Amino acid sequence: MILVPAPIPTLASERRTSPGPTTTALGVHRTAVRRRVTVVLVLVLVLALAAAASMLFGSNRIAVDGVWAGLTRTGSGTEQAVVWGSRVPRTLIGAAVGAALGIAGLLMQGHTRNPLADPGLFGVSSGAGLAVVLGVYVFGVTSTGATVWFALAGAVVASVVVFSVTIAGSGTASPVPLALAGAAVSALLGAVTSFIVLTDQDSLDAYRLWVVGSLAARQLDVLAAALPFLLVGLVLAVWNTRALDALGLGTELAQGLGENVVRARLVGLGGITLLAAGATAAAGPVGFVGLTVPHVARALVGTAHRWTLPVCALVGAALVLVADVVGRLVGGFSEVEVGIVLAVIGGPVFVAVARRRSLVSL
Amino acid sequence: MTHPGATIADAPVPTAGAAPGTDPAPPVLEARGLAVGYDRQPVLRGLDLRIERGTVTTFLGANGCGKSTLLKAFGRVLRPQSGEVLLDGAPIRKEHGRSVARKLAILPQSPVAPAGTSVLDLVMRGRNPHQSWARPWTAEDAAVAEQAIAATGLTEVAHRDVASLSGGQRQRAWIALVVAQQADTLLLDEPTTYLDLAHQLEVLRLVRRLNREQGSTVVMVLHDLSLAARYSDRLVVLHDGGVVADGAPHDVLTPEVLERAFGLHARVVADPVTGAPMVVPESDEHVTGLAGA
Amino acid sequence: MSAASVRETAVAPGRRGVRIGPVGLAWRPRVFWCTVTALVTVLVLGVLGVAIGSTWIAPATVVRALLGLESGPESFIVTTLRLPRVLTGALVGLTLGVAGALTQTFTRNPLGTPDIIGVTSGASVGAVAAIVLGGGTYSVSAVLLGGGIPVAATIGALIAAAVVYGLGWRGGVQSYRLVLVGIGVSATLDAVTSYLLVRAKITVATAASQWLVGSLSSTSWSSVWPLLAVAAVAVPLALVTSAALGIGQLGDEVATGVGLHVQRHRLFVIALAVVLTAAAVAAAGPVGFVAFVVPQIGLRLAGTNRPPLLLAGLLGAVLVLAADLLARSAFPWQVPVGIVTTVIGAPYLIWLLVRHRKEMTR
Repeated sequence: MILVPAPIPTLASERRTSPGPTTTALGVHRTAVRRRVTVVLVLVLVLALAAAASMLFGSNRIAVDGVWAGLTRTGSGTEQAVVWGSRVPRTLIGAAVGAALGIAGLLMQGHTRNPLADPGLFGVSSGAGLAVVLGVYVFGVTSTGATVWFALAGAVVASVVVFSVTIAGSGTASPVPLALAGAAVSALLGAVTSFIVLTDQDSLDAYRLWVVGSLAARQLDVLAAALPFLLVGLVLAVWNTRALDALGLGTELAQGLGENVVRARLVGLGGITLLAAGATAAAGPVGFVGLTVPHVARALVGTAHRWTLPVCALVGAALVLVADVVGRLVGGFSEVEVGIVLAVIGGPVFVAVARRRSLVSL
Repeated sequence: MTHPGATIADAPVPTAGAAPGTDPAPPVLEARGLAVGYDRQPVLRGLDLRIERGTVTTFLGANGCGKSTLLKAFGRVLRPQSGEVLLDGAPIRKEHGRSVARKLAILPQSPVAPAGTSVLDLVMRGRNPHQSWARPWTAEDAAVAEQAIAATGLTEVAHRDVASLSGGQRQRAWIALVVAQQADTLLLDEPTTYLDLAHQLEVLRLVRRLNREQGSTVVMVLHDLSLAARYSDRLVVLHDGGVVADGAPHDVLTPEVLERAFGLHARVVADPVTGAPMVVPESDEHVTGLAGA
Repeated sequence: MSAASVRETAVAPGRRGVRIGPVGLAWRPRVFWCTVTALVTVLVLGVLGVAIGSTWIAPATVVRALLGLESGPESFIVTTLRLPRVLTGALVGLTLGVAGALTQTFTRNPLGTPDIIGVTSGASVGAVAAIVLGGGTYSVSAVLLGGGIPVAATIGALIAAAVVYGLGWRGGVQSYRLVLVGIGVSATLDAVTSYLLVRAKITVATAASQWLVGSLSSTSWSSVWPLLAVAAVAVPLALVTSAALGIGQLGDEVATGVGLHVQRHRLFVIALAVVLTAAAVAAAGPVGFVAFVVPQIGLRLAGTNRPPLLLAGLLGAVLVLAADLLARSAFPWQVPVGIVTTVIGAPYLIWLLVRHRKEMTR
């Protein structure tokens, strides 16, 4: 997926806040806060439902009480194996990946001030992919619990290379050079990956399953490996929210408001990289979440990052879980991978959004 | 405060502070030996300038003379290539960002708000320097934001999207943000560009009110010479890397300065309403070729 | 600047003009010499490409065989085996280079490759579907299905482009909306391709992956003629619109004010890019990176503010021919040319990014 990072015109809002009677700023603020809290609570509920669905549905038909029995380790061996070996990891990993990608996408769009920014821009996916393939080809490593380490390493190294090239070239991490560097590095890594998979069938077999983005055949050790990255990334992201609000007004005004722009950028890029690397390592490159979830969040709770961040996490997690469940139900015995479901649903939704909203030029 | 008469000199002209004989309070902002620019070539060289508390100063000059550059250097947005900027007598770069932001607010040219931001949302972001992890949003923040909105006359439209406002209202919303910062000093970069005359007056009257009622020190960059004369206490004209004229509007806006700094052939007459100097370009036959760069 | 100087030249102060029939071009020496050099390079590489192979044929013999002065086994090898491959490679490079220059110019963005219009994704779906559903290895399919894969690819490409244009049309087409729609449609189509790839047998998946990388290995005279026909029509048409492209760069409003019929022009440019890309992809698969990097190289070599069309095309031919030479001779087995073009192109772009900071935002 080639992304276009040129400063895109901001989308005009379709929300018309109804002009009510003049109320105090505090009153308006409090009402807005109450509304946003409600939204968050509803989303928590939605996520809980999605998680429940993820636990209940699957190619193995197990009744609700069977799932519960498996969960509490009181049921039959099959039930426990399915629940703990497949359903629980998928649910947890799916939620973590969705949340991480949602937050990473939000940060990317905030830093580049570009509503089309996607975390994949840093070469994370291609770096992870090459590392996974090398793992299979050179070390014969195929289990997901082991490949996740390769993927993490590859993702981080690739991002560092992209940043270095960008900074060496332009002195700042500004969007256009970053995207060009990201595209060039991604393509190069992709070519090397192609070279290997075309010579070695085992590599191709492993790679084609990994590269579509899937939650299948993953146990909790995958989550355990990715978790430190995700947690540190989350901390950096949370730390970055205040600065992002100011940066949304432009770097000069942000500085005028007292923010250290350089430090904010570094923190933000670090957070994005860790979150994207962790998510990609756990589930393979999953597209669209990072791109679309921030738009949904902004439509729900406005532009302040202390609200959009948790909402992105909740919406992202729910989205991935729902897509995974759909993939399991639609595919029958051989499920459809979550990455494919997301793209097949996400694509038309994205197009519909692009058509509906009037694009206002800057 | 009185200023000495403007002089046209080749060397930059320092302005005097209080009347001689008293200890001058440190100026709010001071530039010493400032050289600042964007590439290796500095736009301004060896510039000394003092901004006194409670005054309205306007930087004037032809396009590219460095007015915005100087303002940004004062606002800590641009790092000087040599020399330094002092805020309340202390080097501005040594001070913590938030602490500076509580004393000094800057509004850059043509700011853009993220889509879907209401006036209230925007103004409340001005409270950033007063907040920290330990002190998130409080009732006081909301109250200050509300006052800022009232001071700029935007109470009626406080919950409307910034992008849906008229040009003058939008600019006032940005000024409200800067007011909510509760800084004593405001730096405004071309706050009236792209506005029609009525809206330009709106903004300038608001600026004057902030100065008179709250004692804010204001430094602006403006293009319109006559409006600048009408609404400023002091004009600083920049040209060729330095200051060519500095003082009260009456003293600065003379045909000689206009020709030197702008390449403009014009007369200066008294504004029939306020008596402030008004610039009137000479007739077209008078002009022997296109003036200016 | 006195008023008198405005009347001087029609093109630009200090620049002479050149008229070739109905087409008037500005005389830009640097562009001219770069183009001539590129053309000579193409010819040299072409002859070398025919000369080098499992048996070395002296270049003199090659030239004589081309001129029809030679007969015998070497002439056979030249005309039946190698010449079609070299011609296809050169034409693929030419068409992709021109297409890339067109899309980068009209999107005003260096990342605006023809992929954005969905052509490549559509072609991929078509070709992979043909390979996977047709069964069998690539070479077998190519022989059995005759024009099957290229036809499938072309159909897929044209349908996808039409869908993208149609969905992007809303009282006219703006570049941004088109790009957004293109991204959405491409993502969906890529998901379908992935779905097919994951489910195919590993041997079929290998064949499909080879096609997806871009390869000249199964070219014959039947691949040359359609490509030649398209290039012969579309490339001159593209050159004719070159002036209009320059005006289009100024933005829709200015362009309309100067008399350009913006929508018609845009449709024409997009159609050209689609046709050129579809022809290239049908013949050799999506050869990586050519459409992306070659216009950027052309732009920097010629010192212009937008990619010079003919130079970009010729540089594309240079890149593909050089890559094919390397692919055939440097490795014991045939590396698909798309891998080599990326491995050459991407580091070069990175080098350009690092060296020339200021020109990045073109």
